[in-house]
Amino acid sequence: MTDITELSAVELRDAITAGDISAVAAAEAYLEAIDRIDPRLHAYNEVHRDRAMERASDIDRRLSAGERPGPLAGVPVALKDNLCTAYGRTTCSSAILADYRSPFTATAVRKLEDAGAIVLGKTNLDEFAMGSTTETSATGPTLNPWDTGRVPGGSSGGSAAAVSAGICAAALGSDTGGSIRQPAAFCGVVGFRPTYGRVSRYGVVTYGSSLDQVGPLARDVSDCALLTAAISGHDPADSTSVPADVPDYPATVDTPLENLKIGVVREFLSDSLDADIRQAIDSAAETYASLGAEVREVSLPYSAIDRDDEGNISSHAVACYYIVAMAEASSNLARFDGVHFGHRTAERVRDIVELYSRTRAEGFGDEVKRRVMLGTYTLSAGYYDAYYNKAMKVRRLIHRDFERAFETVDVLLGPVAPTVAYRLGEKADNPLQMYLGDIYTISVNLAGLPGLSIPGGVSKAGLPLGIQLIGPVFSEQTLLRAGHMFEQASGIRRLRPDLAGT
Amino acid sequence: MAKQIDIDLVRHVGKLSRIELTDEQVRTFSRQLGEIIGYFDKLRELDTDNVEPMAHAVELTNVFAEDAPGESLTPEAALSNAPDRRDDMFQVPRIIGTGS
Amino acid sequence: MMRTSDDILPVVGLEIHVELATATKLFCRCRNTFGDPPNTHVCPVCIGLPGALPVMNRRAVELSMKVGLALDCKVADYTKWDRKNYYYPDLPKNYQISQYDLPLAADGRLEIPLSDGSTHVVRVLRAHLEEDAGKNIHAAAAHTGVDLNRSCVPLLEIVSEPDMHSVEQVLGYARAMHRLVRWLGASEANMQMGQMRFEPNVNLRIKRGDVEFRTPIAEIKNLNSFRALERTVAFEIDRQYAAWLEDPEGFSIDKLGKQNRGYDDDREQTVFQREKEEAHDYRYFPDPDLAPVVMDKSWRDSVAAEIGELPLARWKRYTEDYSLSPEEADALTQDPETGDILDEAVDTGADARRGVNLLLGRGAALANERGCAIAAVGVTGGQLGELVKMQDAGEVNATAAARIFDILTETDQSPREVAEREGLLAVSDSNQIEQWVEQVIEASPQAVEDATGGGKKQKGAFGFLTGQVMQLSKGAAQPQEVQQILRQKLGL
Repeated sequence: MTDITELSAVELRDAITAGDISAVAAAEAYLEAIDRIDPRLHAYNEVHRDRAMERASDIDRRLSAGERPGPLAGVPVALKDNLCTAYGRTTCSSAILADYRSPFTATAVRKLEDAGAIVLGKTNLDEFAMGSTTETSATGPTLNPWDTGRVPGGSSGGSAAAVSAGICAAALGSDTGGSIRQPAAFCGVVGFRPTYGRVSRYGVVTYGSSLDQVGPLARDVSDCALLTAAISGHDPADSTSVPADVPDYPATVDTPLENLKIGVVREFLSDSLDADIRQAIDSAAETYASLGAEVREVSLPYSAIDRDDEGNISSHAVACYYIVAMAEASSNLARFDGVHFGHRTAERVRDIVELYSRTRAEGFGDEVKRRVMLGTYTLSAGYYDAYYNKAMKVRRLIHRDFERAFETVDVLLGPVAPTVAYRLGEKADNPLQMYLGDIYTISVNLAGLPGLSIPGGVSKAGLPLGIQLIGPVFSEQTLLRAGHMFEQASGIRRLRPDLAGT
Repeated sequence: MAKQIDIDLVRHVGKLSRIELTDEQVRTFSRQLGEIIGYFDKLRELDTDNVEPMAHAVELTNVFAEDAPGESLTPEAALSNAPDRRDDMFQVPRIIGTGS
Repeated sequence: MMRTSDDILPVVGLEIHVELATATKLFCRCRNTFGDPPNTHVCPVCIGLPGALPVMNRRAVELSMKVGLALDCKVADYTKWDRKNYYYPDLPKNYQISQYDLPLAADGRLEIPLSDGSTHVVRVLRAHLEEDAGKNIHAAAAHTGVDLNRSCVPLLEIVSEPDMHSVEQVLGYARAMHRLVRWLGASEANMQMGQMRFEPNVNLRIKRGDVEFRTPIAEIKNLNSFRALERTVAFEIDRQYAAWLEDPEGFSIDKLGKQNRGYDDDREQTVFQREKEEAHDYRYFPDPDLAPVVMDKSWRDSVAAEIGELPLARWKRYTEDYSLSPEEADALTQDPETGDILDEAVDTGADARRGVNLLLGRGAALANERGCAIAAVGVTGGQLGELVKMQDAGEVNATAAARIFDILTETDQSPREVAEREGLLAVSDSNQIEQWVEQVIEASPQAVEDATGGGKKQKGAFGFLTGQVMQLSKGAAQPQEVQQILRQKLGL
């Protein structure tokens, strides 16, 4: 008998819809895999065992009654634990929300469940999605299934590890500065950040309002298309959600693109890029050329990486990104104060100010404190113009770079991260070094663009290498088709780590 | 690029952020935040004189809802996560004076 | 207090907060109501729960535009939402969504009528829309309760220039604004419900000889009634002058700037409020969760079309065209409906003066009895017009007209139908009146003697005889006609 957890989401959905596998059997298989594997990885913060089984039998009942429960009928999925669910806890991997139970469910989650998906549980993340390793989680780090001495990336590290390890068929994450694409690259799975406004942010615990976007992590591009279609669309509850029709991504994902023009970003191929990754990009470019695509070099000057005499690297885009993200975060996280919900200090306090300050000191980890304080600083009297307003202007320049690039090419090709997955603790004491690891992903968020992270091979040391495809706004369909073309032509798809050694 | 920011400034920002800091944290943060802010200062190199700030990734306007009542939560649901409550109200230690 | 040698000019600016009369809140669809049990109109958005997002209420923007246009403001082509960051338990997100550098409306004016019949212009600096906070309720000694029913209710903040120089002007401006927002249907502006709140800024310009002194500005927060506003401003003027007399050099705006003061209702005075050092660092920035608002010409025009004649224009028209006193014009412009009744009556050709007498006589008396507005007593403009015209034509006399007015509040019948039904039509049948006169002369020989005797009792006796005839007619005879026939019969 086939191992259910080896199937892709599309295959599993087909088997369940055809009656070859019951949704209950699929849920059981995944819950069993979680029991077996997750203790070694800590991908999940919470597993919704009973609810998953109930929902699965409901899908089976509907199927046997001749109903069509939707394009994700019976597919077991995992949710990043910053997506609100009216069941279980929504913790953002923070002590301040350790026992928080949302009274409502995020729109993206509701849509996924309306399409028939079975939610297995909530996955680990960097606290409030602030990090690139999942090490800032208050529930402890998630380990990379390819090498448990390494991080899965972040902040959607739990979702990426769970997809990679086969303990969910697919997952949702959120991407503020690369938080879907970078862990996807570190774990050898496909991660997709759609255009800002494509997927509702309602019910996603906000980190950077103008940067956050929900998206899928999946085993291959077809699965990614399936999930993207399910969660996309206008939501009147989110004022930044765009009222535009959603193309049928799954129906077109395997149709190759003709006359595709691919731009390789000159500034992204600096010597700070890991040689293996550089190689993966070169060979991806060759693959596309062999498929008839035109590959040319393009330039994104404001996303350039500078290196000074001492070898320190820097980038305007990274500075711009962190100013915007931290400023928004400092305000978005003000509501975690121990008054209306969440943790409140148990100590006796003199007054309300002490209640706030102690609650937040106890409830937030260091990385969150750093970002909230930096954001507060850049917005405070006398600094606004030098930092926040300046960053908003640079953001416009970065955006224009992309607009210019897309006048000549359809898709940009580049790396996701400068290196393979970091070793645990490698970046923990140097926040700035960690921020610089986001150098290839953050421009996409600043410009509001879609970005697809797909496996481009495996390094000499046996770790996955990610490549990134970036398109103009609402070019999801093009990106998914381009990604699928590469998967098919290169044969690099559905990479699976050897879990025996972990 | 590495610069310290003043210990007093760290304490001030801690107060503004409503985060109590230990002396050790103040020292660590003054080094780390200084380094990061020094890095932010890199933007000063760029000429942005005639550039319109970009506050939204996708620039929509006039996104409205009609003025028709929808569903509210029950007081029970509204208060279900409250750390302290009494008489269907969120409860905090007595406050005096004005906001901020 | 010694004031003789000093020339004192109070300088007052006023911030007025008005809760708009929308059905739902500014950024969520919870009901905008007052007086319900705590936390019964709340949702994830107005509790500020994680993941909740605001969506703006179109009506709130339109009502704000309406007020802005009525205040002669420039309504912005483009406005946006900003976050004002500060921590307080009644502000669940710990930021207030407001408008910082691009208010919805700016540079307006409100002309206010004064008791002497003149007017005074107060410039409006800006009007911007923001969300209200919830309520902190200090019920128990050691604790404060938080009710979020009011959280996120639309609040229009209207900021004047410091153009008021007396308590009368401050009150006049506050009352005119109160009248205007109610007039426009933008707010119920009920003070007890906190739907209109005042924050005056007060200081003094004092001239002693050729030297001008300026006292520090006092900003008094959150006043909930005209009375509190009046007392606060009056108190501040006296307090600041006394403080300045003690230390003319030290008590100055240059040295002390601006101070926050609170109004102590029980002691009827203002008290100094200490502020936290970082109090004014609100860290405003554009709210990334909300789209900007573009108010193009066609939208502004369609909102402007909803605005009819404004209270002051009507007040001027009444004093000029109808020759009403300032007080009468004021009483008729409390709301648009009362004046509409009058104008409709006048449009039918009725005399304005008589219409006003009925509206402010019986109308005001009935409104007072019933605790409602004059317009709500239930007489239409058409009814009033016909009644006035009947009175003009001598078909009913003043007494009968008042009676008919009262009855009209309970019926849809025309004044003529009522007059006929109640037998209140004037009797101008001189034969009938002659009969009554003769009857009275026969029955009152002493009065006839006095009335014809030419003595000091003459006037009283004549009046008595007239009254007797009127009584016989049950009020239906015209007194002038009765007197004429009476004189004839008595040979006077």
